[in-house]
Amino acid sequence: MTEHGAVTEPDEAEPEAESEATEAEGVDAEEAEVAKRTGAESVVASLEAAGVETVFGVQGGAIMPVYDALYDSGLDHVTMAHEQGAAHAADAYGAVSGDPGVCMATSGPGATNLVTGLADADMDSEPVVALTGQVPTELVGNDAFQETDTVGVTTPITKSNYFASSPDTVGEDVSTAFALASHGRQGPTVVDLPKDVTTGETDVDPVEPEVPGTVDVQTRADDENVAAAAQTIVDADEPVILAGGGVVKGDATEELYAFATEHEIPVVTTMPGIGAFPEDHDLALEMAGMHGTGYANMAITLTDCLLAVGTRFDDRLTGGVDSFAPDAEVIHVDIDPAEISKNIEADHPLVGDAGTVLDQLDEAMPTSPDTEAWVEQCREWKEEYRLDYAAPEDEPLKPQYVVEAVDEATDRDTVVTTGVGQHQMWACQFWTYTEPRTWVSSHGLGAMGYGLPSAIGARVAADDDQSVVSFDGDGSFLMTCQELVVAVREQMDITVFVLNNEAIGMVRQWQDAFFDGRRMASEYPWVPKFDTLAEAFGADGFRIEGYDDAPDVIEEALAVDGPAVVDVYIDPTEDVYPMVPSGGDNGQFALSEDHL
Amino acid sequence: MSERDTEREGLPGPAPEDRRRPKGRRTSQGIRVDPEVEAEHPPRRTVISALVEHEPGVLARVSGLFSRRQFNIESLTVADTQNDDWARITVVVEEPDPGIDQVEKQLEKVVPVIHVRELADDAVTRELVVVKVDADRPHEVHAITEMYNGKTLDAGPRTITVELTGDEQKINDAIDAYRQFGIREIARTGQTALARGETKTAVVPDHLK
Repeated sequence: MTEHGAVTEPDEAEPEAESEATEAEGVDAEEAEVAKRTGAESVVASLEAAGVETVFGVQGGAIMPVYDALYDSGLDHVTMAHEQGAAHAADAYGAVSGDPGVCMATSGPGATNLVTGLADADMDSEPVVALTGQVPTELVGNDAFQETDTVGVTTPITKSNYFASSPDTVGEDVSTAFALASHGRQGPTVVDLPKDVTTGETDVDPVEPEVPGTVDVQTRADDENVAAAAQTIVDADEPVILAGGGVVKGDATEELYAFATEHEIPVVTTMPGIGAFPEDHDLALEMAGMHGTGYANMAITLTDCLLAVGTRFDDRLTGGVDSFAPDAEVIHVDIDPAEISKNIEADHPLVGDAGTVLDQLDEAMPTSPDTEAWVEQCREWKEEYRLDYAAPEDEPLKPQYVVEAVDEATDRDTVVTTGVGQHQMWACQFWTYTEPRTWVSSHGLGAMGYGLPSAIGARVAADDDQSVVSFDGDGSFLMTCQELVVAVREQMDITVFVLNNEAIGMVRQWQDAFFDGRRMASEYPWVPKFDTLAEAFGADGFRIEGYDDAPDVIEEALAVDGPAVVDVYIDPTEDVYPMVPSGGDNGQFALSEDHL
Repeated sequence: MSERDTEREGLPGPAPEDRRRPKGRRTSQGIRVDPEVEAEHPPRRTVISALVEHEPGVLARVSGLFSRRQFNIESLTVADTQNDDWARITVVVEEPDPGIDQVEKQLEKVVPVIHVRELADDAVTRELVVVKVDADRPHEVHAITEMYNGKTLDAGPRTITVELTGDEQKINDAIDAYRQFGIREIARTGQTALARGETKTAVVPDHLK
């Protein structure tokens, strides 16, 4: 208005009417300006409407308008070293907080670098929203600079994805992506944002996240099915609860605890289900499957009634399906109907939300099953097959000891993230998880390199007084160690323990067991000194060479108020046991190489 | 931190052969069966109909779903319906029962999909085929076309092209009959179908109508 006034004021001869008209036009123009926003601003407004606080990403040509809109917003942006890191960080943020993690990348290589992280989130049903830049609409399909068919590439590895077609609808696209990522069975979604859509203008206001009308998620199971399932549990002699990731994601750990303890039913978990039930409880049999505990695998093989909640019966859990819980009537609770009878036939399909259905089952049970003898049997197995490792005085440092020692030196609510490999299995086996959302790992996809970026995402999501530690292997850490630059820049309190055996240890273990010890490309005698590498990035570096220095260094590293990396020289001959060979029979788990 | 226990000896426990064993067995499809009886789930052929929102990319999502999950797809047709916003996808699959069940459930998960159902055996199914044959014996070709209630679309000195519609069996029989003339090319549409009579092929929730 000042400018307008400055122009008109000197000309006093100007007719009043015309002056008024000009002024009116000026007001209109200003109002219109206030109402209009760019597509990019709509995207950011939709993020705000969805309650997003932090975005993980990497800048680039086609996503620049959205970053420009972020400049004036109240959102935090964590610049990652690589887009894969952004996707893993968003995934871990989702795992720890329960709310969708957001990652951003530019078109082409930026978007394709997200792919591993999106596939990971898809396999583990983590809520993630990815926003990708795209070349302007008129260039789409012409193999333009940095163009990739992101929607095409990500269709098989996302819950849903959208190609934004107009500044008027882009805000709704983002809101829908948000709603879908966290609604029902969670998962990753993508919105591909052509540059002309984010730079174009719109007067359409952002909308609250809402799922499309075609999506109908059933949260309460059918009462008749529940009654039949409840009777099956009551009649069972040797029932087991199999708690999957759906229990944690569905925030149903309290309902599970109440159900298991009230009816005295032992609880086995899948790997994503770790944290669903406190592992220090008498009824806890911990993780089953390929590297699960002997007692969990005995129980799951011999049970006559398997109450599976929120699991998709991955082959790493079931082993060969022909020998999986073959005596059991299976009650399968899942929010996703497509999981029921996909891998293991359900005698009692219960489609619904984990907590709701557990409560329904509890209400429908006239009495508890008589499990005294069975619980005692499980207790005996816990003793008979207890997790252990050989550690005579003169042996090199055992990785299992390091996991136990860090567990002992930290609080119960410490968040543990891992890479993928032997270290990941030791972190499953020898850490006692007692709280949900404290175990963050790449379960279904098994993506090496997940450890450090996931620790960054977990750090952002976790409470300030919660510790975040990451166990990694030397091979896994090398895949994404550049993300240390992020932890240093943001001064994130993360402690990384690299269990260094100078190998892709799990592959080496398999080569020894199944390929006559022909260690093709699995040994890494050229790994850097990880403590020095950390220092080069500006983090604190430590090294543990044996039992003597371990306790002090662990304490020192955990005390660092910022990123610390501990290079742990472990016994390179140590293997992961128990083990069920791929496609094998869970009840025939090997306790050593002799059993393979 | 407590003192290290140097007496740890490794994993204890009986060897695999000394453990209690379950009695039962499952098939490779995870179905519990009597260990004494062989249980097989032979594939069967069926028609699945999906009503979807008519938006770009739906067909790619659906066909991608089939190829990724290795469903054995026989034919797939898609076109719009009485409502411009909806399209109907008709899929003929040949799978064992658990596979058919998965096809339905996975289709249902695709976000723009409104309703999915397997059609009953009495569903009205039709396919269109265009066949181009050698024109050496035009009268005989015409006779076959008449016999199958077909229509001649193009007849020249060297080729005759006919159109036929019918159920799958009729189309197969007709093609067999044309073989004697020498078939040059065939284009089949794949089956499209609706449930018979008052039965609804798709149920649309009120809020989408």
